Amino acid sequence: MKLLTLTVAAMMAATPVMAQLVFPSLSYRTGPYAAGGIPFADGYADYFTLLNERDGGIGGVPTRVIECETGYNTEKGVECYESTKGEGALVYQPLSTGITYQLIPKTAADGIPMHTMGYGRTSAANGEVFNNIFNYPANYWDGASIAINYLLSENDGSLEGKKIALLYHNSAYGKEPIRTLQELSVKHGFELTELPVDHPGQEQKSQWLQIRREQPDYVIMWGWGVMNQVAIQEAANIRYPMDQFIGNWWAGSENDVLPVGDAADGYKALAMHNVGTDFPIFADLEQYVTGAGKAAGNGDQVGTVLYNRGFYAAMLAAEAVKKAQEIHGEPNITPAMMRDGMEALVIDEALMESLGMPNFGPAFTVSCQDHGGSGQGKVQQWDASAKEWKIITDWIESDASVIDPLIAEDSAAYAAENNVDLACQ
Amino acid sequence: MPDQLLFGMEVALNGLMAGVMYALVALGFVLIFKASGIFNYAQGVMALFAAMTLVGIQNGQVPFSYLINAIFGTDIQYFGWQAPALLAILLTVVVMAGFAWLVNRYIFSHLVNQEPIILFMATIGLAYFLEGVADLMWGSEIKKLDVGLPQGINDWIDQTTFEAFGYGFFIDNLDIVATIIAALLVAGLVLFSQYTKQGRALRAVADDHQAALSVGISLNFIWVLVWSIAGFVALVAGIMWGAKSGVQFSLSLIALKALPVLMLGGFTSIPGAIVGGLIIGVGEKLFEFLIGAPFLGGATENWFAYVLALVFLVFRPQGLFGEKIIERV
Repeated sequence: MKLLTLTVAAMMAATPVMAQLVFPSLSYRTGPYAAGGIPFADGYADYFTLLNERDGGIGGVPTRVIECETGYNTEKGVECYESTKGEGALVYQPLSTGITYQLIPKTAADGIPMHTMGYGRTSAANGEVFNNIFNYPANYWDGASIAINYLLSENDGSLEGKKIALLYHNSAYGKEPIRTLQELSVKHGFELTELPVDHPGQEQKSQWLQIRREQPDYVIMWGWGVMNQVAIQEAANIRYPMDQFIGNWWAGSENDVLPVGDAADGYKALAMHNVGTDFPIFADLEQYVTGAGKAAGNGDQVGTVLYNRGFYAAMLAAEAVKKAQEIHGEPNITPAMMRDGMEALVIDEALMESLGMPNFGPAFTVSCQDHGGSGQGKVQQWDASAKEWKIITDWIESDASVIDPLIAEDSAAYAAENNVDLACQ
Repeated sequence: MPDQLLFGMEVALNGLMAGVMYALVALGFVLIFKASGIFNYAQGVMALFAAMTLVGIQNGQVPFSYLINAIFGTDIQYFGWQAPALLAILLTVVVMAGFAWLVNRYIFSHLVNQEPIILFMATIGLAYFLEGVADLMWGSEIKKLDVGLPQGINDWIDQTTFEAFGYGFFIDNLDIVATIIAALLVAGLVLFSQYTKQGRALRAVADDHQAALSVGISLNFIWVLVWSIAGFVALVAGIMWGAKSGVQFSLSLIALKALPVLMLGGFTSIPGAIVGGLIIGVGEKLFEFLIGAPFLGGATENWFAYVLALVFLVFRPQGLFGEKIIERV
């Protein structure tokens, strides 16, 4: 009996464990923000399912997505990190600025890269200080600058004397664009009014009465969750022109405008990637995933803004894996190799075309110093009759002359506070 | 008239309207606490559940469809009908009455004579359970609520005030409707409790459980009745708030706006909920207008409501209209 046991144990030890590329998904499918969390998580999971079903994984190694429910709660997010990091996690996408801030020192200590696409700590774009944090293709400060550059283009290159109100979620996330907008107001001569909205944002009468009294030329919104729907409804109530109301990319999903109905027509928002399903890859998705009953959700979110964002985030992670495999000549990569792949990532139009995602996101290159990508974005506008977002601009550059010094200042302060040894030396 | 005075008047009016919306939520708490001594933590979630049920019935959504499809491999989501708003509201009231019966049958009938803190804990459990059931039953996506309520600026008030003062006041049509509905609701509750047999029984239970039992009033029936009425009030609050933001899980957080109202108005008074709501609404809006926005960077309403309630609490612990509890040894 002992001999048999030993034989079985020896056979088990000798059998190679099936290698997998592990991608934790810190999702939030429950709680007040579930409506935003579900499509992102579905898109993220479906892309990896597509790679498994169509290509047999990445470089011949199957992928595995581990979902952990955070409820958009920072404490739960940290618990998720701790409980999944031992599974061979290659990269974390915490999907919350609060969780990101908690994970920055932890991921640095554990040597696991983190990707915070369009959220998180903006100055993490400085790869010399934040060696394993990446926030390509654009960050909050890029977003603020893209909004102003768009308004400049709408006003013949001058915002002199214009009044712009920033309606923001009164949290670390909502306050992110303030410094950038203050700098830009000095540079371009517009008057900036800051209007905080307390969490969760169901009651905004005071802010919109102020907007009605002061009649700003434009309102920029940095909102999330119920704050967005209420703000768009209140704007409609006071008859504020919707085409002068611009949300950031977290205030520009179908969730934000559909509850308001026809009154939301013309509302604008920033976009860090394209919208809809008019891309060849979605035919593959239908064939191998949604049509085959293997979708993460019930398949009704495909093509929505937040689904496409999760899909895009997964595509960027998968391309970084390919780059890491190429650099190290090893298909079964480690988190450290993944970091190298992310740092060497090159996304260009030819690559996106070959993936069946032409012009889906901006072209950009990551380097050891620059983890922030191109900092480009588009502007989309809601068509209430067609119930769809329409992209109305080409890629808009952010103002690096304003943002880069801010990133350098903030990251230097972080490095000094935390005794960070600079990388890329 | 100076501009600031006009603006202040407009803010105060809007504060009154906001106060009515807070009072609508607070009413549900008061009804249950008055009749049973239970502080119902689940009141906000009941508003969410009622609003989701209303939209689900209206749109002909199959309840638990996600679960059904996952188990049986089917693909059903809708029955294919659009129910009229009034019918959907009536059916939702029936659902809320069924919910009241279930809650009393399976939770509170087992907790009779328990300490208030135990009953409070039970409502915490109920809140999270109900939130999960609502998610499973109707899904987590944000739904548009359309029962034909008017929204947007009231043109008549805008024009009339413009002609009188040279500045048109903004008042939201939805807030006017909410005020009328709140007035009808309070009048209805007063009439019910004063002039119906069940209403008098409800008041008797509220005054003294044991005395009410001794004259043959069924405590179970009264509790089901009061939870049903609270369910109806939750539906009204859910409709009003859901019309502003869409029906979504954040709707359960409207309970946070009711707490300072209850602290100020008292937990046992229906007029207290209304007056408390109005004071909180006007107080927080005027503070934000006069001090918060110009000097403190704004976003003062949430905490100032509690400061205002605390000040009242210090001088009148039972709230403005609450009953003073005197226990003699």
